[in-house]
Amino acid sequence: TVAKQTTESLEMVSHFLFVCSQQKELTLKKRDEFEDILEERRLSSDLRYAMKCYTPVIYKGLSPCKPNALKSAVLQSEQVQYVIKQLAKEMGESPDIIQEEAMEILDEMGHSMQLGAVRFFAFTLSKIFKQLFQRVCVNEEGMQRLQHAIQEHPVVLLPSHRSYIDFLMLSYLLYTYDLALPVIAAGIGKADFLGMKIVGELLRRAGAFFMRRSFGGNRLYWAVFAEYVKTMLRSGYAPIEFFLEGTRSRTAKTLTPKFGLLSIVMEPFFKREVFDTYLVPISISYERVLEESLYAYELLGVPKPKESTSGLLKARRILSDNFGTIHIYVGQPVSLRTLASGRINRCPYNLVPRHLPQKPSEDIQEFVSDVAYKMELLQIENMVLSPWVLVAAVLLQNLPAMDFELLAEKTLWLKGLTQTFGGFIEWPDNLCAKKAVMSGLTLHANIALLVDGHVILNDKGVEDGAVGEIVFKRALAILMCATYRNQLLNVFVRPSLVAVALQMTRSFRKEEVYSCFSFLRDVFSDEFIFFPGISLKDFEEGCFLLTKCDAIQTSQQEIYPTDKGSVIVSFLSAMFRPFVEGYQLIFRYLSKETKEAFTEKQFVPGVRSFVFQLLEKGNTQCYEALSSDMQKNALAALVHLGAVKKKKTSNEFTYNVNQEAVNKILDMFDARIPVQKPVAARL
Amino acid sequence: RQELLKWNGWGYKDSKFIFNKKGQAEFTGKRYRLGGMVLPTFKEWIEKTFGASLEHKTTSRASLNINDVPPSIVNEEFLQDLIATKISYSQDAEDRVFRAHGHCLHEIFVLREGMFKRIPDIVVWPVCHEDVVKIVELACKHNLCIIPFGGGTSVSSALECPEEEKRTIVSLDTSQMNRILWIDEKNLTACVEAGIVGQDLEKQLAESGFCTGHEPDSMEFSSLGGWVATRASGMKKNIYGNIEDLVIHIKMVTPRGIVEKNCQVPRMSTGPDIHHFIMGSEGTLGVVTEVTIKIRPVPEYQKYGSVVFPNFERGVACLREVAKQRCAPASIRLVDNEQFQFGHALKPQVASIFTSFLDGLKKFYITKFKGFDPNILCVATLLFEGDREKVLQHEKQVYDIATKFGGLAAGEDNGQRGYMLTFVIAYLRDLGLDYYVIGESFETSVPWDRVLDLCRNVKERIVRECKEKGVQFAPLSTCRVTQTYDAGACVYFYFAFNYRGISDPVHVYEQIERAAREEILANGGSLSHHHGVGKLRKRWMKESISDVGLGMLRSVKEYVDPNNIFGNKNLL
Repeated sequence: TVAKQTTESLEMVSHFLFVCSQQKELTLKKRDEFEDILEERRLSSDLRYAMKCYTPVIYKGLSPCKPNALKSAVLQSEQVQYVIKQLAKEMGESPDIIQEEAMEILDEMGHSMQLGAVRFFAFTLSKIFKQLFQRVCVNEEGMQRLQHAIQEHPVVLLPSHRSYIDFLMLSYLLYTYDLALPVIAAGIGKADFLGMKIVGELLRRAGAFFMRRSFGGNRLYWAVFAEYVKTMLRSGYAPIEFFLEGTRSRTAKTLTPKFGLLSIVMEPFFKREVFDTYLVPISISYERVLEESLYAYELLGVPKPKESTSGLLKARRILSDNFGTIHIYVGQPVSLRTLASGRINRCPYNLVPRHLPQKPSEDIQEFVSDVAYKMELLQIENMVLSPWVLVAAVLLQNLPAMDFELLAEKTLWLKGLTQTFGGFIEWPDNLCAKKAVMSGLTLHANIALLVDGHVILNDKGVEDGAVGEIVFKRALAILMCATYRNQLLNVFVRPSLVAVALQMTRSFRKEEVYSCFSFLRDVFSDEFIFFPGISLKDFEEGCFLLTKCDAIQTSQQEIYPTDKGSVIVSFLSAMFRPFVEGYQLIFRYLSKETKEAFTEKQFVPGVRSFVFQLLEKGNTQCYEALSSDMQKNALAALVHLGAVKKKKTSNEFTYNVNQEAVNKILDMFDARIPVQKPVAARL
Repeated sequence: RQELLKWNGWGYKDSKFIFNKKGQAEFTGKRYRLGGMVLPTFKEWIEKTFGASLEHKTTSRASLNINDVPPSIVNEEFLQDLIATKISYSQDAEDRVFRAHGHCLHEIFVLREGMFKRIPDIVVWPVCHEDVVKIVELACKHNLCIIPFGGGTSVSSALECPEEEKRTIVSLDTSQMNRILWIDEKNLTACVEAGIVGQDLEKQLAESGFCTGHEPDSMEFSSLGGWVATRASGMKKNIYGNIEDLVIHIKMVTPRGIVEKNCQVPRMSTGPDIHHFIMGSEGTLGVVTEVTIKIRPVPEYQKYGSVVFPNFERGVACLREVAKQRCAPASIRLVDNEQFQFGHALKPQVASIFTSFLDGLKKFYITKFKGFDPNILCVATLLFEGDREKVLQHEKQVYDIATKFGGLAAGEDNGQRGYMLTFVIAYLRDLGLDYYVIGESFETSVPWDRVLDLCRNVKERIVRECKEKGVQFAPLSTCRVTQTYDAGACVYFYFAFNYRGISDPVHVYEQIERAAREEILANGGSLSHHHGVGKLRKRWMKESISDVGLGMLRSVKEYVDPNNIFGNKNLL
């Protein structure tokens, strides 16, 4: 029976992947055309646009309802009332007091969408966007598909998150296309938006609702929040929008998904309160990210400025700058029903009243996680990449300076490779490589400069200043540049990890290469996006793509790099070298330098200064190891590899290192990694 | 009785829907209130709903082709033994085919256009309990397979002969065991032979002033033994109860011997109730021969009624409230808008201008004055029974509740027509089959809080599946809540579509029906409320009652019938 169960579950996974691949083929066949929505804005009156007759397309089963009626419906719902009674009993308090508390939560959280505010935004955002961006390009077909989807079933919009602009832009877009405006789950950190009174209120009126970043253990909050979201979903009140990544990715690399909100929006379908739910992956890519330098500072541990209203006003300075083009790709709506067919055991939901809070079964949790990863993979697949992304990737392998002509040549070469790997590059047909690089350099003058026919990083002021400052400035420039290269990584990760594994094992035996690949995939599973549990399939895909570009040849048991393939293989492994080396540095720090138990707050500065010193002494060139993002991911990797124990104490997590285990992992890196000087790896 | 009934469709030969020379729909015969009436709007409804047209017609072959019928293979020794018992029997092809099926769509389709692969080899007609004992003994002696046959109204493939059955199949027709053995007025019970058909039972009891009150929609044709074997439910269960509430004592002949209790009492605590092994056993354990059933004096007064609700949600909320207050009338049913329109299309031509004027006025009042949308509103039909005074009081209570949910009283006539239609509706499928429209009904039971979601999702699933399977016209997909309980309701679905352009309609139909059942289960509905499992729904039994549960039933079967004499392969 065990064997039977395994085959059954394998069948399910393959059905799931089949659904995925079907969609993949569709997008591969034909890329949608893009339309610039700012073009019309530049030609006609913004005011008239803001005051236009707005009769959005809405869900066919919509039962109309005002924001306040919604709140009281949530408060009176069986779900919330049950938790209130339960808590009242446990804490010996009167239900009224807890009800009051629930009301406060709702008020803190709830949106109050008003057409007036929407029009205000339509007007000001038109002005601002025209100022900031050259073009805002949208795939029209995606908008049409979305329009159908919104009428048919409740819709959940799942955009990628790179900037605060994301949700403003998405609402703006839906307004432009006469679609129902989404309600947006925005996180409240300690001093995020809600701190900004005016803007916060305006956002509320534009349809944002706020959730606390962490409400671990607060059952009332969870119940109220979940019910609020589900009530909106069930009634088809408006499309619900949230970010699977949970927060803005500071590195432009897709963050591993958070499951909480996703499982909330999926529940009405599991309980068959709705017939189906559409999940719509949306990829928003910026030619230049508004917050790019802010992010770099943040990653290096310089505290980010508070998002206060006055801070935002200062940001006006930014308005004079040029941020290039935005591409928004609205993906094919994915039917949750189709994804779930055959995968969900219905019994658990039939045997408990539907309003009782129920911990999702393991099956369900696994399914939610699979869907989350699938959606992120779709986001990645549809993400438009600008030529600059290629330039950044080449440049980072050729520091400190690279001949312009060579850079252009390599950029063109990388373009071909990226397209072979399924990357979605927006490169006009008649654009020559030199022009593409040039225009990138113009837009990103703060990152790189053309000096005497050579392209160098813009780390001005490095010459004068203490050693520490030089390191910091270089790190800043490198991290900013890396943000653009990072956009390629998830497209490249499978073939590249095969390439890395080939170099690490120095073996041609498929089995050995695969086990190394599998190890790397495991280590980097918080760094890159892998569909859970299909290591072999990922490996095969990596090999397939490498074969496709003639980099390797495979037989039943063996993998050989071809003669001309060595260029590709070393480029690919060099692309991921910062991660391999960075992780090694961080692991080394953990294996030697730390006390027994520590918190994340202690860990990040500790490892930072460790890496900083190595950089100062010139013992490493791995500037990216300074990134707190990489540091946290590396720590998380050790946790899931079992080399570090994570424990929850009061309101913090503490970590315990098992030195022996970390050393063993380091050995797996060290013993096999060929010692290569950075120069040797260059193209 | 076989003479009176259609061989390839539902019900009496003389009763059917036809299109007359003027192209108007008409119901023939004199057995029903609708008989001989012209239905002026029905044709238009059919054309609009299914995209069917009168030009596209298929016809069933006129009679059975005897050459197609599988030969009767009966062991000579058994035949000698049987003749010695003097029990009447037949090996005639028509007799055997008549008992080879129930009324599932695929069975009727086979009758119209093909032939069953396996049918009974011989039909026997026992006239009493002792005859049955003899037949079962003979079957054990000669290792034969017995399939009990009552009214033949099964809709679960329960009567189909397993194709792989190599033994002689004996169809044991209980129709000649149809006497009321005694009536006990002091305890209000009657002992009845199990072959009696519903309407005969009620007619004969009525002669003494009694009734059982058990009225399944099939009561014209279905038998007491069949009710017991399938756990039947009657329209008026709110007053009289379902079959499990009505039965006091059962006598069943099994290969192990006779099973029965030692007394006829309202309740006993003697371990699990053995009646519950018998009820719902679907002919897999033995033959029910005699049943003692509760009887009631025939009610003094009956009154129909109906209520219009602005939408289905309000209607369900009202039924829930009625159930909560435990004041449900003998019957209360809520039909959705599609079925309301369907009922409307079956309205006969009105005789006088005055009635049509009145109808117009009613329509105006409901749609214009009260603002009900005729494409959303739905109707509940009611039947009250009992003392005149109590009925009127009861009626007021129910109408008061209905008012709270936006309901408007819509007259006795509409109510009565609604109930009449449930008997007539079964005849419609035969008409549909003539015009490329196939359909079926299925049912489930569901907790109150899931009724709306289940109805909506199942209807939508059917529409989607039809689209996906290439059905060119939108199907009719409609439901009604037919029974209310404390904890939930019974929901009945009708589903039909025009199959023009599809090469294998029955297969497509079965796929869609299966998807609909999956949807029901996913929505927290049961596998069946009263139709039973048969062979049609076996695949979901494990999921429905768990592995252990299935094992419990299997072990009973193994003890009672180790050689699988009752080998119809239902249920398990």
